[in-house]
Amino acid sequence: MTSAAASTPSRARFNPRRAIRAALPAVSLALILIAIAYLNPRAMSYLGFSLMLNLAIPIALATIAQMFVIAVNDLDLSIGTFVGFVGCVTATYLNDEPALGVLILLGSIGIYALLGALIYVRDLPSIVVTLGMSFVWAGLAILVLPRPGGRAPEWLSTIMGLKPPFVPFPIVAAVVIAVVVHIGLMRTSYGAILRGAGGNPVAIRRAGWSLLKTKVVAFSLAGLFGVLSGLALIGNTTSADANIGNGYTLLSIAGVILGGGEFVGGRVSPIGAVIGALTLALAANSLLQFMHIPPDWQVAANGAILIIVLAARALLTRRESL
Amino acid sequence: MVGQATNIVRLDGVEKHFGAVRALDGVDLRVDAGECVGLVGHNGAGKSTLMHVLAGTLAPGQGRITIAGSEQPGYSVSLAHELGIRCVFQELSLCPNLTVAENARVMHPGLTGIGWRRRAGDLIVGKLDEIFPGHGIGAGDVISDLSIGRRQMVEVARAFTETDKPVKLVILDEPTSSLDAHSAGQLLAFVRRAVANGQGIILISHLLGEILGNSDRVVVMRDGKVVVADRADAFDRDKLVAAMGAEHHERATPAAAAGAARGEKPVRIRARPERQSDGAELVAHQGEVIGLAGLAGHGQTRLLLQIFEAAYRRKAGFEVQAPVAFVAGDRQSDGVFPLWSIAENVGIRSIAAMRKGLLISPEREAELADAWRQKMKIRTPDMNNPILSLSGGNQQKALFARALASDAVIILMDDPMRGVDIGTKLEVYDLIREEALKGRTFLWYTTEMDELQNCDHVYVFRNGRIVADLRSGEVTEEKVIQSSFKEVA
Amino acid sequence: MVALLNRPWIWSFVGAAVVFIGALAITGGQGAGGMVTAAFSLALFMVVVGTGQMFVITLGPGNVDLSLPANIGLASAVAMKVMDGNDVLVPLGIAAALGSGLVIGIFNYLLIWALRIPPIIATLSASFIIQSVDISYGRGLQIKPPPGFADFTNWQVPVGGVGVPVMAVVVILFSIGAAIVLQRTVYGRSVLAIGQNIRAAWLAGVRVERVRFLTYALCGLLGGLSGALLAGYFRGASVDIGNEYLLASIAVVVIGGTSVAGGKANIPGLWGAALFLVVLQIMLNSYHISAGVRLVITGLVIIGVIVAAGGPKAAR
Repeated sequence: MTSAAASTPSRARFNPRRAIRAALPAVSLALILIAIAYLNPRAMSYLGFSLMLNLAIPIALATIAQMFVIAVNDLDLSIGTFVGFVGCVTATYLNDEPALGVLILLGSIGIYALLGALIYVRDLPSIVVTLGMSFVWAGLAILVLPRPGGRAPEWLSTIMGLKPPFVPFPIVAAVVIAVVVHIGLMRTSYGAILRGAGGNPVAIRRAGWSLLKTKVVAFSLAGLFGVLSGLALIGNTTSADANIGNGYTLLSIAGVILGGGEFVGGRVSPIGAVIGALTLALAANSLLQFMHIPPDWQVAANGAILIIVLAARALLTRRESL
Repeated sequence: MVGQATNIVRLDGVEKHFGAVRALDGVDLRVDAGECVGLVGHNGAGKSTLMHVLAGTLAPGQGRITIAGSEQPGYSVSLAHELGIRCVFQELSLCPNLTVAENARVMHPGLTGIGWRRRAGDLIVGKLDEIFPGHGIGAGDVISDLSIGRRQMVEVARAFTETDKPVKLVILDEPTSSLDAHSAGQLLAFVRRAVANGQGIILISHLLGEILGNSDRVVVMRDGKVVVADRADAFDRDKLVAAMGAEHHERATPAAAAGAARGEKPVRIRARPERQSDGAELVAHQGEVIGLAGLAGHGQTRLLLQIFEAAYRRKAGFEVQAPVAFVAGDRQSDGVFPLWSIAENVGIRSIAAMRKGLLISPEREAELADAWRQKMKIRTPDMNNPILSLSGGNQQKALFARALASDAVIILMDDPMRGVDIGTKLEVYDLIREEALKGRTFLWYTTEMDELQNCDHVYVFRNGRIVADLRSGEVTEEKVIQSSFKEVA
Repeated sequence: MVALLNRPWIWSFVGAAVVFIGALAITGGQGAGGMVTAAFSLALFMVVVGTGQMFVITLGPGNVDLSLPANIGLASAVAMKVMDGNDVLVPLGIAAALGSGLVIGIFNYLLIWALRIPPIIATLSASFIIQSVDISYGRGLQIKPPPGFADFTNWQVPVGGVGVPVMAVVVILFSIGAAIVLQRTVYGRSVLAIGQNIRAAWLAGVRVERVRFLTYALCGLLGGLSGALLAGYFRGASVDIGNEYLLASIAVVVIGGTSVAGGKANIPGLWGAALFLVVLQIMLNSYHISAGVRLVITGLVIIGVIVAAGGPKAAR
């Protein structure tokens, strides 16, 4: 009656739970797209996608930034105000004095690296440190650009306004981001160390690796993608505002989790994170618009969509053993 | 002088103090190429600290470390790795979120560049094939999907993998604690092959038979010192136990009480495993010690957890008639509250009973803690010390105290003696017997044959099912092993 | 003394004292009494909200209640509407605010437990929904609190020239009660056990889900209470009356020495941290500096305190 399958599994083990989990972000994205297509068939066009997804690119980049931090068991509560700060620098210094602008942006990535080092060396809770940093970035953003305005550099608007044949630019960009980060984090040999530092830091240190370095690398990458997010955002909107990125902190965390990531244990998925970000961006903007939700209840609908999508993910994967 | 060259490692007068505790108090040790050194001693004797010193994860306070004839003043993890010294720690040091191949890569800084994943996979699976033929582990498997036994196999195999540097010495700390008898046999056979190839091995185990059967030399530690070191054939079990300094106990005659026919006392537990297709079920009566046997990871722990759940909430197929308490085997993940004192750790199961009015009474809490310190012989000057100040065996005693001090009538034990020294074990066996005579019921999952001898009745598990149901007189190693491998129709 | 310095929360009091002296240095010692009164009057709200947040955070990694600001906003509106400017209805209004908070706390727990959503996201999503409810319920709400209630929340008893806010005394008593709950009750011990190791807590017989339910409900309840009190103190409800408590509630908990990793909580630290943050705000306001610089300094000071309080990695 019993086969030998239970005691001698095949070499390449197929884990159905893992497979379902991996497919979930894509399924939720598909459902949102179907809903939009049903409500407004015209949105399913080259132009429709360009418009709907343009703002998804900065969100996807911020989500990737958050993902690197989550991969080493930390959380970045400052990424939203950081993106706002980068936006303000981009619309002012980067446009007026490009060299200085580049220097400021590189410096801000350096600050991220320092934060990583500080958090590791002093064994600090990242939530509090980045909470403090969220004030700092917000303050700096106001100092750089006291009132909304500024101007995106010409080249940036050009890039964000590209119109490649057949496939809308945001989709191309999303695929490129997902693939590049996937290869970098999931396929390179140092990527394994980085994720291992989230999974079992003691083991990584015992094997002779520097945990300080893994933290610094993860936070620098978060800073880099935060900068890219701010650039992409300003490329779209063409002008800035100190509060422009405030919603990104929570969107980025939700995107990582929606994409199959977990807060601890180094379990993250770059492809999932990008899909999660796209899903959230579509749900929060386009879907609600097409559903004609009254303005008072727009925020609530946003919350409801988050709950539904995450509950689906949780319910489908809840069959954890004791 | 000629022997000097074959020394892989030599320690002279190594000391390590943690505050006032002398974990190592002047240890001399040498390991030669082509030699397996068995290292034994009670919990807290200093074995683990010594291991950490050898692995480079702890710097000694005093003394010299000499590797392959040259002294190493600035010894460190990376230097140990460079010199071919590897360590398999008792707590698993794999990254659960990474694959088997990626975990192999963590060990080898040189595994980079195009195709590193394939090379890492070949390396580790090759070694697994060599040590544990038929292991059933794939290079792409994520560690958290593997059973604890398979994880330990990966851990052991990884320590023997070589890329640029040859492996000279491997330290194995309780390497068979999570392995079933079959895999443990494979590992010990491999240890002998490795030794024959000129590698050195330090084998730490509480299973004295394992030490006597596989070591060339045996080193006994006590109170941070090496007390005896001699050829393995100079020892037998009793001599070894005497050298370790345990009080000599008469083996408790199994279950004098069990002479009475089963079923006279009231039934406390009925439980049918989910995958049981025939009518077999586990039954436990008042005052019985019931053993759950079989290979590791064949549904014993799962059944214990389900019984635990059923005690709080009605559950189909389960009948639990009295309050339960659980004694964890995996202290880190299932048992200890690391920020708390010993007293708080012991008391948590009984906080509701220690109330005076609405508030927990500090006096009752202290009374309970002290009573159980004496009863369990927990070695600490003050029960208000942090739980982590205790050695592993004493932490385990605190977990026993937590369960026994409670109002629970049924005690579920999930292989609780993993890595516990023999002196502690004998003390706990007596206590279990004593409590059973008072009417408590014990369910005892264990992987060690010796412990099954203490049970009134033993159920053998395979693939989540009960495959044999043995009375105390019938429990023999042969029978258990036979049933463990039996294919059920 | 050494034992005192080893307690992490002492740093929050030291920080508060340093900032206080710094603020006095600007004014040349003028208005010290007024500053103390103002500091306590504002800090007490942070302590009430922070106590709820502290119990939640102590449940272990990932547990946090981000719905507090929305909760406070809605409760302030509910309280004002039910009280309807009438002193007789004050108890009813407070009960209604508590009820609103309790419902929110229970809703949060249901999202976390029944739908298995991580608390950060569950409470965040809940806060979106609460915000909408508040916007639609409290639209154009211009009701003033009943005069008796407003006076009570602002009531100061002069003691030796310094006005002692009565509410602060009440909240200090409340804190003592919370400390006893934490250390000496089955509930408090259970929270601490769950925070250290949830699985071990379950196996040690702790009723994990019941305790988590009580904790989120308690946090919601305290949010509702602060909503009502804030509306009385500031003489009116508003949607964003609780906004600053999102970050402030987490900041006071952590600066106060509670472990973000769970299992270790600290009540006195809440007061130190709350006074520290409030005095810092008062000082920066008295400097008359720009909003940007103020934000930067606030952020850097929070980080500075955490760096000073946190130790380097243990050597093992």
